[in-house]
Amino acid sequence: MKFSEKWLREWVNPAVPTATLSEQLSMAGLEVDGVEPVAGEFEGVKVGKVVECGQHPNADKLRVTKVDVGEGDLLDIVCGAPNCREGLMVAVAVVGAVLPGDFKIKKAKLRGEPSMGMLCSFSELGISDDHSGIIELPADAPIGRDIRDYLNLDDLTIEVDLTPNRADCLSIRGVAREVAVLNELDVNEPEVPAVEPAIEAKLSVALNAPKGCPRYLGRVVKNVNVTASSPLWLTEKLRRCGVRSIDPIVDVTNFVLLELGQPMHAFDLNKIEGGVQVRMAKQGESLTLLDETTVELSDNTLVIADDNKALAMAGVFGGLDSGVSSDTKDILLESAFFSRDVIMGRARQYGLHTDASHRYERGVDPQLQHRAMERATALILQICGGEAGPVVEAVEETLLPQVNAVTLRQDRLNRVLGIEIDPAKVTQLLSRLGLATTYANEKWNTIVPSYRFDIAIEEDLIEEVARIYGYNNIPDVAPTAHLQMLPAKEAQLSDAQLKSVLLQRGYQEAITYSFVDPKIQQTLYPDIASLTLPHPISSDMSVMRVSVIPGLLGAAAYNQKRQQSRIRFFETGLKFVADEAAPNGVIQTPVIGGLIVGKRNVEHWDLDDNAFDFYDIKGDVEALLAQTGKGSEFTFVSSSQSTFHPGMAADIEFNGKKVGVIGAIHPQFMKLLGLNGRVFVFELDLSEINTRNLPQAKPISRYPANRRDIAITVKDDIAVGDILKFVEKIGVNQLVGLNLFDVYKGSGIEPGYKSLAMTLILQDTDKTLEESEIQQAVNAVISGLESEFEAALRE
Amino acid sequence: MPIGEIMELEAIINQAKAQIETANDAASLDQVRVEFMGKKGKLTDLLKGLGRLSAEERPAAGQKINLAKQEIQQAISAKGDALRTAEMNKKLAEEAIDVTLPGRGEVAGNLHPVSRTIERIESFFSQLGFAVKSGPEVEDGFHNFDALNIPANHPARADHDTFYFNPDVMLRTQTSGVQIRTMEVEKPPLRIISPGRVYRNDYDQTHTPMFHQVEGLMVDKHVSFTELKGILHDFLHHFFEESLQIRFRPSYFPFTEPSAEVDVMGKNGQWLEVLGCGMVHPNVLKAVNIDPEEYTGFAFGMGVERLTMLRYGVNDLRAFFENDLRFLKQFN
Repeated sequence: MKFSEKWLREWVNPAVPTATLSEQLSMAGLEVDGVEPVAGEFEGVKVGKVVECGQHPNADKLRVTKVDVGEGDLLDIVCGAPNCREGLMVAVAVVGAVLPGDFKIKKAKLRGEPSMGMLCSFSELGISDDHSGIIELPADAPIGRDIRDYLNLDDLTIEVDLTPNRADCLSIRGVAREVAVLNELDVNEPEVPAVEPAIEAKLSVALNAPKGCPRYLGRVVKNVNVTASSPLWLTEKLRRCGVRSIDPIVDVTNFVLLELGQPMHAFDLNKIEGGVQVRMAKQGESLTLLDETTVELSDNTLVIADDNKALAMAGVFGGLDSGVSSDTKDILLESAFFSRDVIMGRARQYGLHTDASHRYERGVDPQLQHRAMERATALILQICGGEAGPVVEAVEETLLPQVNAVTLRQDRLNRVLGIEIDPAKVTQLLSRLGLATTYANEKWNTIVPSYRFDIAIEEDLIEEVARIYGYNNIPDVAPTAHLQMLPAKEAQLSDAQLKSVLLQRGYQEAITYSFVDPKIQQTLYPDIASLTLPHPISSDMSVMRVSVIPGLLGAAAYNQKRQQSRIRFFETGLKFVADEAAPNGVIQTPVIGGLIVGKRNVEHWDLDDNAFDFYDIKGDVEALLAQTGKGSEFTFVSSSQSTFHPGMAADIEFNGKKVGVIGAIHPQFMKLLGLNGRVFVFELDLSEINTRNLPQAKPISRYPANRRDIAITVKDDIAVGDILKFVEKIGVNQLVGLNLFDVYKGSGIEPGYKSLAMTLILQDTDKTLEESEIQQAVNAVISGLESEFEAALRE
Repeated sequence: MPIGEIMELEAIINQAKAQIETANDAASLDQVRVEFMGKKGKLTDLLKGLGRLSAEERPAAGQKINLAKQEIQQAISAKGDALRTAEMNKKLAEEAIDVTLPGRGEVAGNLHPVSRTIERIESFFSQLGFAVKSGPEVEDGFHNFDALNIPANHPARADHDTFYFNPDVMLRTQTSGVQIRTMEVEKPPLRIISPGRVYRNDYDQTHTPMFHQVEGLMVDKHVSFTELKGILHDFLHHFFEESLQIRFRPSYFPFTEPSAEVDVMGKNGQWLEVLGCGMVHPNVLKAVNIDPEEYTGFAFGMGVERLTMLRYGVNDLRAFFENDLRFLKQFN
């Protein structure tokens, strides 16, 4: 909420400078967001009167004027404004004046005519961006008076970022109350005398939805001149609160809204057929709003209607047809209390947000309507003339918010805040806030004023006490608690432990958005159902990732475009797979994923400059899996997932269950992804790899180990992993080590075959193995390989 | 001993020393040894000649010859040592390398700065027995709003710029839902923090649609506002490792009361908001069947990116999610 400091000070004027006032407000919970001067910096501008105004002899669009600024001689001034005319009261920058932007006014000649100053527009004085013409001051403006002084321009607009609970401060009156409390002053509330009805005219009001509208005041005002202009004091007050002047009726209702916090509305009386009724809209009922959009109403929406049609969306927006126009002669003024529950969410539902809805959905003082009606009536009569009828009130007292009686227990206050505050001080503090407070039996019984509808429970009072007492007057104390040791499962691998494996291997952690480009995700994962955001930031961030890989690919492409050619990234986080059977329709799985592209080594004087290959990333994955202590139980099973190069991809399985994938991104996607080079990726379900075996120590054999190397040839399409697993199985007891040390194809080996060389390490825990036993074991392995894989022993 | 032989002995010593001096490898040095002390060596000859002397003269002459022998032996071994040292030095000199050439191997990567900050926050609170909890990011209205005392249509909901999938399923706008999920299954005393991703439909210079929060919660029989202030003061001082000016400013969150925003004094003399906090609202405790008369609690929430930016001088929030390696590698 924006307001004029001078306007506030009319209501309460503490002897503190603006900076202190701002600080006070911020520290009371009304955070000051900004303080801006209401006009540009200028001097030497005076009230003047255009005494003569004639055509410039040499320029069609210029006038030559004689202006009285109260200094004897009239000033010759050339002016180009279309609204310049004889008799007008104007703002005159005399010679020597300095306008915003350090623009100095000097004697000049314009197309041959002398000019001893300048007639100013609002924009030239930095007051508004209105440069359509020169300022038109009221006829009674005192000639010669300094404009800053006359227009009260040494004022500031203070913007307060109000929290939703403090709707009572959405007005000058509300802020003034708060400032008064903080400075221990009284509010100078202007008297609002009732306007005696001059005519009998009135309109009946029916409350057909009294829960939504328990109080409605209507008043007819006839013969108003809606073409009168709003006085400068009014438009200036509005402007300094960020509200544009529209016409005098709207200006007055806006003024009352700003001054008192009561939204009001004016109807063209002659557009209302029959009486006024406040009812829920009929489903599908149509209403054209003041902004000329037509909405189809839902039956959860409260409307003001006449006998035949909806006139306005209650508490949100007026209707176009029943609104005040330049033809309007008679009006119906509305000052109503709509309940928060009925208005909340309605504006949003129709994509609207108005000053009225902003207040009604946060709450309005239920006792304010009469005061606001009288205030508005008096101002309209003053500005537009006319005759007011009597105020018609329809009210359902029992449905109005009831006065809250709230009790605060002293021990509760002390316990929650952790300090003891002198009870007399608390009493005084609550009373200053307008709460009728009595203290007895270590309790404060309070009656909350109608405008502090946010105060309903004991905690609300505790907050008020703390707030006014000053948060920063409350000491800092270290919390106390029983020292209770937290369990730490040794078998649990933390994310940090797993991350550290990849960090040590040179991976950089990335954090990418959880929503990705649907085009890319759909291409990479055509078979996985994803969740779509109905209202995304942009279309390329509109589906939830089903894997961290798309995000990592994006990060890699971003870096390749910036001359980073060697990239290794990993990321941890949730992936989201749509599944109607799952809670909220989605399975959210924590994963760790990685990506490598570029050269295996940084450019180096002694290292090869080969590109990364599958076995580089596989080594990294194996290092991760090794953390579990069950690395050998994970298997890599060749995969045909379309994301990947069909010959370079595997599912990673644990006990036959798929727990991850690894592979090279299919080359056909590189262009879409904007990537160069072969990109290898992996992804593992964190929950499947985040437990490790607790070590169970076994005795170490005291007998020597024996190495035997064997070399075999097998068909090329046989997976080496299968062979190694088979050898381990055969050699169970005595085979303590198995290393594959050579894989060879080519000269000397029949095409379609490969040669494998491996070392068997044999050892017994109870004895030194005899040569014959060693040979027996080796033979068992060889004959097994021969029969299982049609392997041939190479001699 | 006849004077002639003594003269001869000295001549032999001098001759041997001269030859030792000129020997420049192990072989020539050994030749010297053989020439003088070998079976047919010059000193050996002299010793053999002792038989020609009388019994009285023999011991003194023998001693002299032995002394000469020792002297030559010492000279030979000294020279031997010198030669070996020289040879070793020569070999080592040949093996010398340029120690300034870069070494082999991988330089470790580093955590993302946001993770680094989360890790630090976790470590501070872990010291005080706060357990780290996490929860789902696609959340339901009950955990993200209702249980946090933000009923449907409450203006505070509108302030959240929520990404909805449907009216009851959304991307969480705060990690506070983890408080609720924890309190549903665990009973006080409770001390938890929950770091994680949160989402708001907002994207400009100072907002990204995804960011990170760390939420903290302590519920016990006598948790008070003074303690909330105490723990956050300590945290901020330790996090920034300097004695910052800190202020608590009254604010409003539906799930806490009293509520506060906490500002720190920036280097530019301006207050900067770094976190929000307050005493857990009784409605929140009631929503998870904890009696607010028996227990009180405090909660706080901080934006990880904001803290990271202040700590490391990062100016552009968006840099965190571009993952530019040149940016990330600064945080090792």
